[in-house]
Amino acid sequence: MFKQKTIGFFEVAGFRWMVPVVKLAFWEDPKEQSRQLGNLLGLPLLAIALFLFFWAAGAAQVDTSLGKLPGPSAVLDAGKTLYAEHKEERAKEAAFYERQEKRHAKKLERNPDAELKWRNYTGNATFIDQIFTSLKTVFTGFLLASVIAVPVGIACGLSPGLNTAISPIIQILKPVSPLAWLPIVTMVVSAVYISDDPLFAKSFVNSAITVTLCCMWPTLINTAVGVANIDKDLINVGRVIRLGWITRVRKIAIPAALPMIFTGLRISLGIGWMVLIAAEMLAQNPGLGKFVWDEFQNGSSQSLARIMFAVVTIGFIGFVLDWLMLTLQKLISHEDVKS
Amino acid sequence: MNPYVDLSHLTMEFPTPKGPFCALDKVNLKIQKGEFISLIGHSGCGKSTVLNIIAGLYQATKGAVVLEGKEVNEPGPERAVVFQNHSLFPWLTAYENIEIAVKQVFKGQKSKAEIRDWVMHNLTLAHMEHAAHKYPAELSGGMKQRIGIARALAMEPKVLLMDEPFGALDALTRAHLQDSLMEIQTELNNTVVMITHDVDEAVLLSDRIVMMTNGPAATIGEVLDIDLERPRDRLTLASDAHYNEYRAAVLRFLHQKHSNPAQKKSDSKPKDKSEGSDNALGQAA
Ligand SMILES: Nc1ncnc2c1ncn2[C@@H]1O[C@H](COP(=O)(O)OP(=O)(O)OP(=O)(O)O)[C@@H](O)[C@H]1O
Ligand SMILES: [Mg+2]
Repeated sequence: MFKQKTIGFFEVAGFRWMVPVVKLAFWEDPKEQSRQLGNLLGLPLLAIALFLFFWAAGAAQVDTSLGKLPGPSAVLDAGKTLYAEHKEERAKEAAFYERQEKRHAKKLERNPDAELKWRNYTGNATFIDQIFTSLKTVFTGFLLASVIAVPVGIACGLSPGLNTAISPIIQILKPVSPLAWLPIVTMVVSAVYISDDPLFAKSFVNSAITVTLCCMWPTLINTAVGVANIDKDLINVGRVIRLGWITRVRKIAIPAALPMIFTGLRISLGIGWMVLIAAEMLAQNPGLGKFVWDEFQNGSSQSLARIMFAVVTIGFIGFVLDWLMLTLQKLISHEDVKS
Repeated sequence: MNPYVDLSHLTMEFPTPKGPFCALDKVNLKIQKGEFISLIGHSGCGKSTVLNIIAGLYQATKGAVVLEGKEVNEPGPERAVVFQNHSLFPWLTAYENIEIAVKQVFKGQKSKAEIRDWVMHNLTLAHMEHAAHKYPAELSGGMKQRIGIARALAMEPKVLLMDEPFGALDALTRAHLQDSLMEIQTELNNTVVMITHDVDEAVLLSDRIVMMTNGPAATIGEVLDIDLERPRDRLTLASDAHYNEYRAAVLRFLHQKHSNPAQKKSDSKPKDKSEGSDNALGQAA
């Protein structure tokens, strides 16, 4: 029972290679399980090793104006440096606040009514900070997109007329590149979003809205298709028991289309992540894209390795986001989901 | 005495791109309370159309369905439908699938505890109480159909409508479900209209078998009263002379008087100029 549950967990989570590990732990058909483990884990590991080897060998051949193209070990070192820099920056920040604290304490000692000025630390954003900025931006844009796309998609799925009406608009807006949206978004935001004490930085709003504009289409289209193709009998059941139409949407249309909606959301998040990096680079909005651009402008001997580390990080985060959505999709769906 | 359900002059024309297609032409049928009626006929003749009109899912072009003196013009729980492919909500458990119907149908009439008891009672009726908390994907085809029947019964319908309820099941499972249905029928004595393709099933379960002519413009060809004593047992009936006569009568109707439209097409050119006939033949083939 415990074994079945563990295996089920790993299957849902997408770690299929853990299944033979669990079975091996229970000494169940060790020969076959070892072979499967070899396939599921060994083959990808072998491919990664080969990839690293060719990267190392190939990179050594390329001379750039910033020196040789860095190999895997140089990139790993760059990653360590980035982390060390982050630690250092945090230490500086802590020290700053400590000093400020002491200064204030002294002031109060001399004069208990003294007016105190609290300053915020304004250090450089580290690589880790940039990762979190990017994640925050992409989720904001993605949430905004979902909040718009799911209801509109449902409406389109329910009403063939509405679907016919707006489908050309969708078809035209869908393929527009984020780089084309960005100038428009920037202008509109600076015209409309005026406030003395803005809750969000303008650059953040720009990036988030650009992400929204680019990533809402797959969710919208998938939702519409999902709702339009609900089994007619299920709808008829709703009619026979005389559910009101709001209940029919809530209890039948949405749950029935949920697998399709999630497929759309998953594609949307992937697109949003790709779009965000491009938008940050072009607009100089904080985030991983800006980090890459800054390093490129910087042009030190370390820059290439740092950029490559950023590329690997971007890829890895994209992969984790996709995995998250897929796992969610499997959890909410009662039918099997193909990955 | 007035009939419980009265189908009078039901005519159904479907609008198609090539003009209206007449599926049914003047279907007349009177059903008494507690009667079990089977509709049988070749594929595409219009059985589902008749059932959907009674259910209120389709609106007849001409004619009307009257239930207990009131004309039917929209779907409702007093005419519960069991669909061929169970049509359970895959995201709800067996229990919840019935509960959603019970909650809606008995809104304001049953307390929470009564709703729970009523759902469980109907699951038990269909011998499915052990599967209450399973999802449809975890159930076999026969079990899903039992839940579908339980859901329909839980609405306490005046007429129970079933569209090939056992059509997708293997012969053994089908026999089990037929037995369960007869058992439920002795207890509740519902008025039932069931579509079937299975001659044995029709004779075994029905009080009357309504045989339909081939479409387009299908109508009722013959009505056969099945005067066999209840409770009926499939094994004793297998060697019963009356039972076999009824079977033969239905088979004669289906295969002599109104042979398979798909075969007729190759024998002789259909003189019918109705555009929809191709459609009907296509379905039957
Ligand atoms: N919505 C519709 N629009 C157009 N034609 C329809 C529609 N529904 C049914 N028909 C046609 O009406 C005829 C009768 O269909 P119906 O589904 O009632 O047949 P059936 O006897 O139930 O067949 P089967 O045994 O295969 O289920 C068929 O020729 C079909 O093509
Ligand atoms: Mg049918």
